[in-house]
Amino acid sequence: MTVPLSYYLLLSGFVFLTGVVGVLIRRNIIVILLSVELMLNATNINFVAFSEYFHNVAGQVFVFFALTVAAAEVAVGLAIIIALHRANSSIYVDDLNLLKR
Amino acid sequence: MTIPVQDLLAILPELVVIGTACLILVLDPILAASKKDLLAWLTLAALAICLGLTSSQMTGRQYAFSNLVVIDSYAAFWKLLLYIVTGLTVLLSLAYLKAERLNIGEYYGFILLALAGMMVMVSGADLLTIYLGTELMSLSLYVMAGLKRTEARSLEASAKYFVLGAFSSGILLYGISLLFGLAGSTRLSVIAEAIATQGTGNPILSLALVLLAVGFGFKLAVVPFHMWTPDVYQGAPTSVTAFMAVASKAASFGAFLRVFVEGLGGVSADWSILFTVICLVTLALGNLVAIVQTNIKRMLAYSSIAHAGYALIGVVVAGRQGGGAASTGLASVLLYIAIYSFMTLGAFALVGMLRKEGQESDNIEDYAGLAKREPLAAFFMLVFLVSLAGIPPTAGFIGKFYIFMAAVNGGMAWLAVVAVIFAAISAFYYLRIVMVMYMREPEGAAASHSRLETSPALSFVLACALAGVVLLGLFPNGLWSLATHAAPLLK
Repeated sequence: MTVPLSYYLLLSGFVFLTGVVGVLIRRNIIVILLSVELMLNATNINFVAFSEYFHNVAGQVFVFFALTVAAAEVAVGLAIIIALHRANSSIYVDDLNLLKR
Repeated sequence: MTIPVQDLLAILPELVVIGTACLILVLDPILAASKKDLLAWLTLAALAICLGLTSSQMTGRQYAFSNLVVIDSYAAFWKLLLYIVTGLTVLLSLAYLKAERLNIGEYYGFILLALAGMMVMVSGADLLTIYLGTELMSLSLYVMAGLKRTEARSLEASAKYFVLGAFSSGILLYGISLLFGLAGSTRLSVIAEAIATQGTGNPILSLALVLLAVGFGFKLAVVPFHMWTPDVYQGAPTSVTAFMAVASKAASFGAFLRVFVEGLGGVSADWSILFTVICLVTLALGNLVAIVQTNIKRMLAYSSIAHAGYALIGVVVAGRQGGGAASTGLASVLLYIAIYSFMTLGAFALVGMLRKEGQESDNIEDYAGLAKREPLAAFFMLVFLVSLAGIPPTAGFIGKFYIFMAAVNGGMAWLAVVAVIFAAISAFYYLRIVMVMYMREPEGAAASHSRLETSPALSFVLACALAGVVLLGLFPNGLWSLATHAAPLLK
């Protein structure tokens, strides 16, 4: 028995929306970063599901690249958050208000 | 498995840029602090080599790495523009980094890595390479925005840029995955074929289109995806702001046009409606909010948002009309962004060098009476601002002229009329700075201390930008024929 494609797409859509909502409503930058990771992983589910559906490995290759980019993004992001914490003693987006409206 | 030599030769400019970036990162810790300028000259040497290499790739169309990368006149146009603006940015950073006491060698490494990402973006023939290029550019720019590690404002800009940039690339990637599900490949040509055979009614396709438009909208800084722009432009070191406003916008337009014309050209009727709306709100909000700014970097940020709106007119016309009108529309976008690059770079170069008691001063008030103290600098700023406003005989007028002519010839005269009205509004906030510089006396003692920190490299940058603005305004034919030659075909 195989799992139909639509199940995967529903799962990925749900995970993606969770990520989007997380970015929009959470105030802690680390949680926002986690939500972005959810969005990227939803994409990976899509790629693997389509890859299985089409019997085409190109989708899985894309996942490897997406994972690598996500890792690089986290490395840069955490570095920025640490530097921000040193300067501001806060990692809440509400405290990012030095720049003029 | 071996990599064919002709593939490596095709991406030789990218290899030179990445190789030099790695060399700089290695050399930086072993060089004495007084010799960091060497790294800037090394960067310029690499750019000069690339300029030569890419000029030989101006004709024909060559695919490399099993159709992941394409080398054509379109990619070459953007790359040549990117080399020039990167070279000018490096020269202006030479003086800026000294004045800010930012003695950081890896700065030039990051500039080159960002440039490599931009080059991959504009010559990507597959959404995979375009995505990787976008990320390489963005990750380098996040770091560069926060380069003043001791200053909270710079870090705040970096964090905001990072959060919204990562968010937008997540959206972009989801759109790409849906297109993969539609076409079974991320190659632009295969996607175009799939759209041609399957028709355009698929809701997944519409969703993918919207997600891609949102993802690129963030990179292009068009309304309503512009909210990061003023904060990041204000907080980042001014040399980095200049680089972001010019190079990253040019590369994003390059990749954006390639994806929507070559990959999604079959649904141009759908995306042209979407971009008409984005274009109108961008023109309105960019120009109106710029009026109330008191900080010159924020004002220039809103101005850059508005200019993306003018350039989008060409895209909208191309999507609506197809055929001959489309290539004129796209060529006018290329011309517009090239001209925009020179005037914006010139303006930011001056903004970065005006200081008050050793500190960077970016309030418009600080420009009061600049014409008396620094007549030459004030004159340069005058030319850049007049050009940004689109007043003849400067290049800014030529850029707007070609865009508006494309709109009129493409049967969208109403759009040209709306854009002209907003251009007239924009003259108000550009010329307000001219008025402050020429007609107002500095108020109090504080403003009189502001002066310009000059250096031979900065003078050279300003002269180049001025030459670009004036000469392209008087003799636009060369650049226009280059742009028409390079413009992609909308089938």
